[in-house]
Amino acid sequence: MSQLRFTKDHEWIRIEGTTATVGITAYAQGQLGDIVFVEVPAQGKQLTAGGDAAVVESVKAASEVYAPASGVVTEGNAALPDAPETVNKDPQGAGWFFKMTLANPAELDGLMDQAAYDKYVTELGG
Amino acid sequence: MRYLPLSDENRRDMLAAIGVGSVDELFADIPAAAKAKANFSLPNTQSEIEVERILSAMAAKNLNAASAPSFLGAGNYRHHTPASLDYIIQRGEFLTAYTPYQPEIAQGTLQAIYEFQTQVALITGMEVANASMYDGATACAEAAAMACRVTKRAKVLISGGVHPHYRDVTATAMRFLDMQAECLAPDPMAVEDLIGRIGPDLACVIVQTPGFFGHLQDFSALAAACHTAGALLVVCVTEPVSLGLLKSPGDMGADIVVGEGQSIATPTSFGGPGVGLFATREKFIRQMPGRLAGETTDEDGRRGWVLTLSTREQHIRREKATSNICTNSGLIALAFSVHMTLLGEAGFRRLAELNHVHAVLLADRLEQVKGVKILPAAFFNEFAVQLPIPAAGVVEALAKRGILGGVPASRFYPTYPELANTLLLAATEMNSAADIDALGAALQEVLS
Amino acid sequence: MSTTTTTSGHRGLQIEQALIFELDTPGSTAVDLPAAPKVRTRLGSLRSDKSIGLPGLSEPEVVRHYTRLSQKNYSIDTGFYPLGSCTMKHNPRLNEKMARLPGFADIHPFQPVSTAQGAFELIDTLAHWLKTLTGMPAVAMSPAAGAHGELCGLMCIRAAHEANGQGARKIVLVPESAHGTNPATAALCGYQVESIPASALGHVDLSVLKARLGADIAAVMITNPNTCGLFETECIEIAEAVHVAGAYFYMDGANFNALVGRVRIADLGVDAMHINLHKTFSTPHGGGGPGAGPTVLSAALAAFAPVPFVVKAGENYAVAEHAGHGAAQKAFGRMKGFQGQFGVFVRALSYILAMGVDGLKQASGDAVINANYLRAKLAAELTPAFEGRSMHEVVFDDRFLKNTGVSTLDIAKALIDEGFHPMTMYFPLVVHGALLMEPTETESKATLDQFIASVLALARRAKQGDQAEWFRAAPRLAPRRRLDETKAARKPVLRWRKADTTAEVAKQAAE
Repeated sequence: MSQLRFTKDHEWIRIEGTTATVGITAYAQGQLGDIVFVEVPAQGKQLTAGGDAAVVESVKAASEVYAPASGVVTEGNAALPDAPETVNKDPQGAGWFFKMTLANPAELDGLMDQAAYDKYVTELGG
Repeated sequence: MRYLPLSDENRRDMLAAIGVGSVDELFADIPAAAKAKANFSLPNTQSEIEVERILSAMAAKNLNAASAPSFLGAGNYRHHTPASLDYIIQRGEFLTAYTPYQPEIAQGTLQAIYEFQTQVALITGMEVANASMYDGATACAEAAAMACRVTKRAKVLISGGVHPHYRDVTATAMRFLDMQAECLAPDPMAVEDLIGRIGPDLACVIVQTPGFFGHLQDFSALAAACHTAGALLVVCVTEPVSLGLLKSPGDMGADIVVGEGQSIATPTSFGGPGVGLFATREKFIRQMPGRLAGETTDEDGRRGWVLTLSTREQHIRREKATSNICTNSGLIALAFSVHMTLLGEAGFRRLAELNHVHAVLLADRLEQVKGVKILPAAFFNEFAVQLPIPAAGVVEALAKRGILGGVPASRFYPTYPELANTLLLAATEMNSAADIDALGAALQEVLS
Repeated sequence: MSTTTTTSGHRGLQIEQALIFELDTPGSTAVDLPAAPKVRTRLGSLRSDKSIGLPGLSEPEVVRHYTRLSQKNYSIDTGFYPLGSCTMKHNPRLNEKMARLPGFADIHPFQPVSTAQGAFELIDTLAHWLKTLTGMPAVAMSPAAGAHGELCGLMCIRAAHEANGQGARKIVLVPESAHGTNPATAALCGYQVESIPASALGHVDLSVLKARLGADIAAVMITNPNTCGLFETECIEIAEAVHVAGAYFYMDGANFNALVGRVRIADLGVDAMHINLHKTFSTPHGGGGPGAGPTVLSAALAAFAPVPFVVKAGENYAVAEHAGHGAAQKAFGRMKGFQGQFGVFVRALSYILAMGVDGLKQASGDAVINANYLRAKLAAELTPAFEGRSMHEVVFDDRFLKNTGVSTLDIAKALIDEGFHPMTMYFPLVVHGALLMEPTETESKATLDQFIASVLALARRAKQGDQAEWFRAAPRLAPRRRLDETKAARKPVLRWRKADTTAEVAKQAAE
């Protein structure tokens, strides 16, 4: 049974046991516009919660993707660099950025669930 | 004042529309105490005739190469400028345009940049080039910083055959960053061992072809050694005309090629403005500094060009940008490109050939002067010579005879007594046989 | 396409022009050179006879190529360029004529100093003007552009801190409205950047700034007038607070055009400021340079200025070219090859001498009148971002476009069809959907009135409602319609390749 959580920086993290998949939200891709470049972390990269993990760029903006939790990258989405538009088309599916192990699952307690994130986005969009 | 179109009546009407009584009211936000001090003892407006008189008098105090045979080089070369080149770059639509941020009304500049990028990539033997840097020296500093980003290492090694200004500018750029530039001693005989100095912490080795003292070297083995150690090879070119005749840095295995485009683009102009050339491999484009023009299509599907990959740059990435460069050297890059287009492959090769031939004629003539020794065995259009007496005095004595007879190495290396007698001499297509003979004779006289 | 299609692809005076590589006649050249005498070459093993791939064209083909390209460009010679923070003013041709005098164009940076006294005199004369107009005791002439001048100023600051045992100061404060070069430059000097928020009035918030100042702050970088076109009224208090905290005050001089002849920046407490000769002093932008960014320095920083600099010894000029030696004992290093942007210096001095101090003062006055006139007239339909007077530029936000479906970008592109270059858009970042306009003193009232009529008409059209589609399709009349920047960035094509063409033709044939 997987759980979905969100950060204030608009990353999503889908947790399955002690591993997780991370990407950016539909709202985030909408704000960026057409995504032209994605850099995903290499397998084995050590991540710290809140630290830089990946890069996403549109024509006029560059943005860091932060690690929602600490852990180690087990896989970067190798398909993204050649098809960055996938992040626009399917941000919470095929447009995932990387998979990771979770060093401290308790870190996730501070993140938002779907309802809280939806509310957060509505307030931003106001 | 002839440059200001508003009449007094215009000003009155406009101030009334704004709702103020005087122009001074518009400056009300400036503290009055500070404004009160703004009294200047400077001249007032002058006519075109008066300005021309003042500046022409200053110009007349300089010994210019149109009236004296000149053999000066050291990174700044005097070549012929085709008449159509200066006409083209003085067209107002090029000269007075801004950076092409609105591509729909800047296709001329953008297509020219795209052509420039292609020409620079072709002559350096590299895959891509940018829209230009300030000059060769700053391009070299940018290359060093880029090598550090690519390799995630912090040390660069600069050959003693690299132009001392390139070396100094690079070392200065790194001074306050967590990077170190190791500058090797000047190497007039091209005997330094670079391969032996490559370590696992090295981001890049920086060399120059043709070398500052004129040597021609193949850096292929050095490139291989760099790559084995995970370092990059940066090659500087201060005289791009040489690329019409010599093996390109790309063919030697260079990862970044930087250069000064002045020799092809623009008169010597006391050394500025020039244009920095910057070329590299496709896989490094996101680590490149500077602007890039790229091909795309418009809404009707027609081919066009835009500035692209801007997320590397300061206006988007701010403190994380690959460089702080904004204004670069657009018009001089255009001049470079126009001259390259005028030359074409055949003309470029012939120009390079002619330069080398004139340098050989110069060398042949100087070898007849007692006490003069030419240092490089192989050279392009410039070489260092060893004189029996200090070069600085010789150059002054030649200037008194109306000849600009080379650049003494001591101008760059005042603290190296072993270079006191070393003189750099260049010959281009502009030096006639009579010039060469005059220099030979004058040198003979000065040395005897 | 709504316009008439033609066989050639040309449309009247809008001529399509191929790339030079597509116009290649192999072996052709537009430059005939004298024959080379036969000699024994001395190239060693480095000679290469490999084809480079450069195209060959004749002289008429080259002249026509570039003339046609030029006609696809907007320029200050052909029209009004209200680009905020760019200072697109008239570029007098006298400047070009002077720069081409053989005594300036045909001299070499390393010819004996005794044979280049006029060149050093020119640099020294321009330096004198810049120092006098700013009231500053020193100027570093060699920086090549504005961002390079910023780096020069910050490097002087860092060198001074280190010399004074203050090397631990590692933070530079930059307002959030700053141009991107400010934070990028601070980073190149090894500093961390912290941004300080603007007040609701568009100014630096003095109380916030004061609260942040401390022993870790190296410098504060402030643009004045700021990028919202407002004079920082508390500038002197800011300078005092910065100095009390032991930091230095860097002023970005990109907007110096508003102040020339009106106030000396020394009297505002500034320690360093670059001057964009290609903005304030009329040297041409050239489609993106070259510029020059001489940087004036206070007495506290002067000794750290980079080489080269001119030294006057009696009647003669000398030049300090070596950091760590003689007059350049404390110089932080060298930023630029040779003697700086000499050709740009000639042009700037040519302009300055023509204007004179009275003309320069009149120019800043006219620039400010023009900006405030735009503001007053455009406020009929547009929404100024800030209350009060503007200096030399005026910023509007996009409130006037609310619920119209039309964006700042759409207004800009529609202005292209009206025959005007768009204003600066979406900058400064602190103003939502910013439209930043700087008319400069170059424009006549008639030109401004025409521009105002166009902008007001577009604003009214947007407000009619249901016009989003119409705006989205602009520009319609330019050499190109909107270009696909996403495509350009996703699969960058940064150079022409012969293979590409072949592959393209093959692909089209297959389809």
